[in-house]
Amino acid sequence: MSATGGTPKTRSSEAMIRFDSVSKRYPGGLEALSEVTFEIPRGTMAFVTGHSGAGKSTLLRLIALLERTTRGQVLVAGQNLRRIGRRRVPYHRRNVGLIFQDHRLLYDRPVFDNVALPLVITGLDGPELGRRVRAALDQVGLLSRERAYPVALSSGEQQRVGIARAIVGKPPLLLADEPTGNLDPDLSREIMALFERFNRVGTTVLVASHDLELIRGTGYPRMVLDQGRLVQGLDHAGEPAGA
Amino acid sequence: MPERQRSGRRRSAARGGFHPLRSLRTWGLRHAQAALSSLGRLARAPAPSLLTIAVIGIALALPAALHLLVRNAAHLGQGWEGATQVSLFLERNVTDDAARTLARALARRSDVASARAISREQALAQFRRQSGFSQALDVLNENPLPAVIVIHPASTSAAAVEHLVRQLRPIPEIDRVQMDRQWLRRYFAIVHLVERGVTVLSVLLGIAVIIVVGNTIRLDIQNRRQEIEVQKLIGATDAFIRRPFLYTGLWYGALGGIAACALLGIGLLALRGPASQLAVLYHSQSLMPGLDPGTAGSVIAGGALLAWGGSFLAVGRHLRRIEPA
Repeated sequence: MSATGGTPKTRSSEAMIRFDSVSKRYPGGLEALSEVTFEIPRGTMAFVTGHSGAGKSTLLRLIALLERTTRGQVLVAGQNLRRIGRRRVPYHRRNVGLIFQDHRLLYDRPVFDNVALPLVITGLDGPELGRRVRAALDQVGLLSRERAYPVALSSGEQQRVGIARAIVGKPPLLLADEPTGNLDPDLSREIMALFERFNRVGTTVLVASHDLELIRGTGYPRMVLDQGRLVQGLDHAGEPAGA
Repeated sequence: MPERQRSGRRRSAARGGFHPLRSLRTWGLRHAQAALSSLGRLARAPAPSLLTIAVIGIALALPAALHLLVRNAAHLGQGWEGATQVSLFLERNVTDDAARTLARALARRSDVASARAISREQALAQFRRQSGFSQALDVLNENPLPAVIVIHPASTSAAAVEHLVRQLRPIPEIDRVQMDRQWLRRYFAIVHLVERGVTVLSVLLGIAVIIVVGNTIRLDIQNRRQEIEVQKLIGATDAFIRRPFLYTGLWYGALGGIAACALLGIGLLALRGPASQLAVLYHSQSLMPGLDPGTAGSVIAGGALLAWGGSFLAVGRHLRRIEPA
């Protein structure tokens, strides 16, 4: 039973994300994920889709150790997350760039400070800090807005600030939970183009979205969740672009 | 903190080699940043910050003032201790000449510094002058007062004076031996009692400082919940998140300590006039305790330590509960 989308030679050691019969039950009895098994090779860009409540967010949260599995195990870059103790969780999260539908920005400080936060927590300062923050802002096209406060930005710009913050630490893995949820189709495509660009330089990208319009025709592999079960393993989404 | 060391090493390794000095510099820089930004945060919300600082200041000033008072009282007592004297009340049938002879004999003892005889007439004159009962005394046919020999012991230690008194008691001419030490002992016992009371009060007010700061920090954590969640999301360690709150507590305590010193200074200034009048009346040097640098320093340092403890407790309890949703 291969939920693996890649070629047969893909071994688990090369997988960026691997789920082995993962179940997650929340207190209160709701089983958000049941027996989910899949593998995402390094350098892949992939989608996870399904109706709201299908378990997409839970899946991403398990990878970022915002939640722990109830059964089964999750491996990220070969590291079994079960073995990461509470005190080492922050170091795991530094290797995972997280992007949310609601941006999760800090509104009491300007764009620059928001994007700098992941570097500040690692103790980086001085000219190197400014250089890397501006490089990240440049990549999302917001270099000129570094002194602006998030409230002064449009929703699409705020999302790009969130993306700049996620990539500024150059994590090998990017997770995006409904990143285009509040955006119109044009802005959504812009955001997707950004993800594609990061993917081209080797970042593994996993996007959770219920926006099938957006995914259709991109040619990227996707998996489908339904009520916590993986009903379609990682394969290519519909027909390639242009066909 | 092992986390910090690990991350420091990892970063340094990326730049080629582990530099203890650079790590130390980074560590110091981070703490300085946290300390300064915490202070800046207090300054941006001056009204609530000042309120908290004032409460801490009062809570610290009260025991500090009482402590100064008690220390001064004990000091005053020590001044009197040197002036210990023993009064020997002689039998009524002892003549003034005999009293003077006895005084001279006593003065030759090695454990007696000086002995002075006061004749019955002298005693009466002194009593008349000082008591204000002169008219009542005129009613009496004869002088009711005995002759007295006042002795200053060579040593003022309690044991030596006790020993001297035991040796003087059997002398037949002596009716009663009265030590002026008794009331001094009582005085010291009272001072000691008050001292204990001040200690209890200090502990209670210290706990109050811990609670006040703990609660302020708890509210601060709740207000900055979103920021804490985001920091946790992007991989900030507990130490990193905790640091600004601990420094906030430290600042509250230190500034509260400074406020307490200011309150003490003002209070002492207000007491200075009446106290020096009292000192003149009692022929005493000075009744006023000054706010010496040692006391001021320990009030500020103690305040900072207590407030740091309060924020440490609050942070430990509440930070762990916040998890990114």
